[in-house]
Amino acid sequence: MLSIKRVPTVLSNYQEENAGEPLGCGRSCLGKCCLPASKLPVYAFKNDPRPKASSVGTDELPPDFFLNTLLLGQWEDRMNRGLFRYDVTACETKVIPGDHGFIAQLNEGRHLKKRPTEFRVDRVLQAFDPAKFNFTKVGQEEVLFRFEAAGGDEAHLFESDGNEGTKSPSVVAINVSPIEYGHVLLIPRVLDSLPQRIDQESFLLALRMASEAGSPYFRLGYNSLGAFATINHLHFQAYYLSVPFPVEKAPTAKIPTNQGRSKSGVTVSRLLNYPVRGLVYEGGKHLKDLADMVANSCIWLQSNNIPFNVLISDSGRRVFLFPQCYAEKQALGEVGQELLDTQVNPAVWEISGHMVLKRKKDYEEASEDYAWRLLAEVSLSEERFHEVKTYIFEAIGLVEPEEEMIHEEEEKGTPSNSSDPMHAPQFPEGCLILQ
Amino acid sequence: MVALTIPSIGRRAENTSPPSAVAEVMAGCSRRLIDQSLTARYSDWIAEALDEIQGCFLITDPGVAGHPIVFASHGFLAMSGYSREEVLGRNGRMFQGPATNRRSVLEIREAIREERTLQISLLNYRKDGTPHWILFHLFPVFGVDDGRVAHFVAVQVPIPRRSRSLSEARCGGARGRLFGACRNEVRSDCDLGCNLAADLFVDVDNRGLEAEESREASEQEKERASDAANSILSALTQYSKLTGRVVSSQRSRLAGISPLSSSLILSLGRIKQSFVLTDPQLPDMPIVYASDEFLSLTGYSRHEILGHNYEFLNGPDTEVEVLHQIRQSIQVECACTVRLLNYRKDGSLFWNLLHVSPVRNASGKVAFYVNVQIDENAKSDGLGLSPHMRQLGVVGAVKVAVRSLSLCAGPSRPSS
Repeated sequence: MLSIKRVPTVLSNYQEENAGEPLGCGRSCLGKCCLPASKLPVYAFKNDPRPKASSVGTDELPPDFFLNTLLLGQWEDRMNRGLFRYDVTACETKVIPGDHGFIAQLNEGRHLKKRPTEFRVDRVLQAFDPAKFNFTKVGQEEVLFRFEAAGGDEAHLFESDGNEGTKSPSVVAINVSPIEYGHVLLIPRVLDSLPQRIDQESFLLALRMASEAGSPYFRLGYNSLGAFATINHLHFQAYYLSVPFPVEKAPTAKIPTNQGRSKSGVTVSRLLNYPVRGLVYEGGKHLKDLADMVANSCIWLQSNNIPFNVLISDSGRRVFLFPQCYAEKQALGEVGQELLDTQVNPAVWEISGHMVLKRKKDYEEASEDYAWRLLAEVSLSEERFHEVKTYIFEAIGLVEPEEEMIHEEEEKGTPSNSSDPMHAPQFPEGCLILQ
Repeated sequence: MVALTIPSIGRRAENTSPPSAVAEVMAGCSRRLIDQSLTARYSDWIAEALDEIQGCFLITDPGVAGHPIVFASHGFLAMSGYSREEVLGRNGRMFQGPATNRRSVLEIREAIREERTLQISLLNYRKDGTPHWILFHLFPVFGVDDGRVAHFVAVQVPIPRRSRSLSEARCGGARGRLFGACRNEVRSDCDLGCNLAADLFVDVDNRGLEAEESREASEQEKERASDAANSILSALTQYSKLTGRVVSSQRSRLAGISPLSSSLILSLGRIKQSFVLTDPQLPDMPIVYASDEFLSLTGYSRHEILGHNYEFLNGPDTEVEVLHQIRQSIQVECACTVRLLNYRKDGSLFWNLLHVSPVRNASGKVAFYVNVQIDENAKSDGLGLSPHMRQLGVVGAVKVAVRSLSLCAGPSRPSS
């Protein structure tokens, strides 16, 4: 039975410079000392990854249970308990007029303290450092529930008695500086202290969460190190926003492969008419097929030190992968001062089209042109993207037909090279025929 | 912030209707809602009038939870292979399948949310599981009196496979290449190939259908869609005059209360618990939305309470201090949880675990208050959830729905 406890307000604020040492372990943290004995509720999702519209039995959880009652409801509870640094719903937000529908939010409170950069930004893979801030130090009041696979056919919620003794628990915790309502962190196998790097099992867990939530407006995102992840402890972010992201609306073109659809049924397309070059993965007979394709692509990228961001969209049916190079450009002084002044670090949400702006002036003057220019800086160049894409395909076992090489040279109308960021290709609607 | 702990709930023998009877009544209600959806507005003769219109189309009602289909034309049933019973009351996504383009689904969802017309090619699935391409033409029909979307109409025109060489010209070749004057070329080619008058409904060759990324509709097909749309709109407009609840293809600009958008109503309709929304911007903070469960809990009908202040639930035995507490919380725009004695329409009493919370829209300002009721006596839903947790779930769901209000996407793409 979930009950309300009176808890002291805001103990852990993981964005603070001095995360501090846990005060012994009566702190009820997420470390090995406290978590196994905790009584956190466990949401156990069922094995069938694509839940069908079933008739509602008396004991079966209603379809909106996971997202509304459990996740959003518990989030609201933490709001009432004062655990967030500010009320994000009091932050003004708007859709920037234009064709793409970039979303801007004015949030002056989110970046009051400087983000600690506790690790190098030029290496995508770095070892976990227990001395630096990580999620085992977070207080349990910030955790909403555990999220794990059930043995059986039905999802159910139960209170853990600490005696499962099986796998390492995965938790869903609040983000105390939320971008939007319902902003949470999914931390797979928190006790295993995994560094921020993608592996197949964790990625599948993330897809399962998207699928379980069952709403196209609840998305998950991942930032690698070097692509503006701030904590080197494996985590995904998620939140709810009931408008489409610009990237979700962008047209795509399937990348033909020799096998037609890959054996697993997953198709890979590339984004068109979008400032950041990216790949879109969809389909798959099982969720795991999709998860593995994306995970293997990410594994190649991180092994080759290419920072990237991932957006899980459409309830886990579509996954966007963006290799990026902004941090490197920033370090080399190649980004214009005007863009730097807005202090927007283009992580997965920004790339998807949701920008949080700190200054009123930037918010009021936010234009589609600004958004496009900022994001165009993030993108790999066409040549580099093509190169990376080829390697990724090799890594995931897809082969493109030979004639692709010739057509690449002929492509002039597709998203421009980053050397010409002002040019935003706008083709009249009637002339766009997609393959 | 005022947050009271919930006192332990004792079971009392108050008047409550047994849950199963309620469920039955609800099921019966929804069937009635489907049946009455058209007749209440367009009179009993509308079905006949619609049956005379050629073409495949569906009519849906966004005011009913789940946005169900309330009418399916003969042509549609023949094309899809379903019977009327199998389709009425279901949501339109039942015709989507694994190869249906997800972006197209997104576009349809957004057109519904933004209450505008959309014409798009779509891969749908028949009852036997075979896929087929259609030109999907969606448009809203607005009630003149309240400005809300009364119904959505979805006209569907099958797009047959063109001859091989033509599809190659359009679909083959370099991916991502954008053609300049392509449209004109394609149009003239298509007219030549479109003498496929015979048997447009059956696309015998399904092989490779799912591999097609898209299939353009010809001008002929678009015309057929528009013609059917106009006929349907004309019939609906005409017959709506019989009941006085006139409709129009355009939303009339109303002074005074702007209605809740149909997308908000759709979102709220999915929340199966007792709650109301009140509008603090309007004088006397009236109720602007009430869930079905609220109506069954209190015994009132919707039209009796919309526009009224929430206080009709209070009575002589309701503690004044608690009411004061609620008012104070509202003053400072905070949430509160209280327990108070409330009255149903028939005068019977119940202990109401009430949670009141401000709900902000995209401007960051409070747009509504949500009041979530739990009858202390009601049988627990067996999920082991505290009532308060269920209440907060309602608040969360309402907050995300309202947050996107006034976050108007604007005309992102002109629909053709």
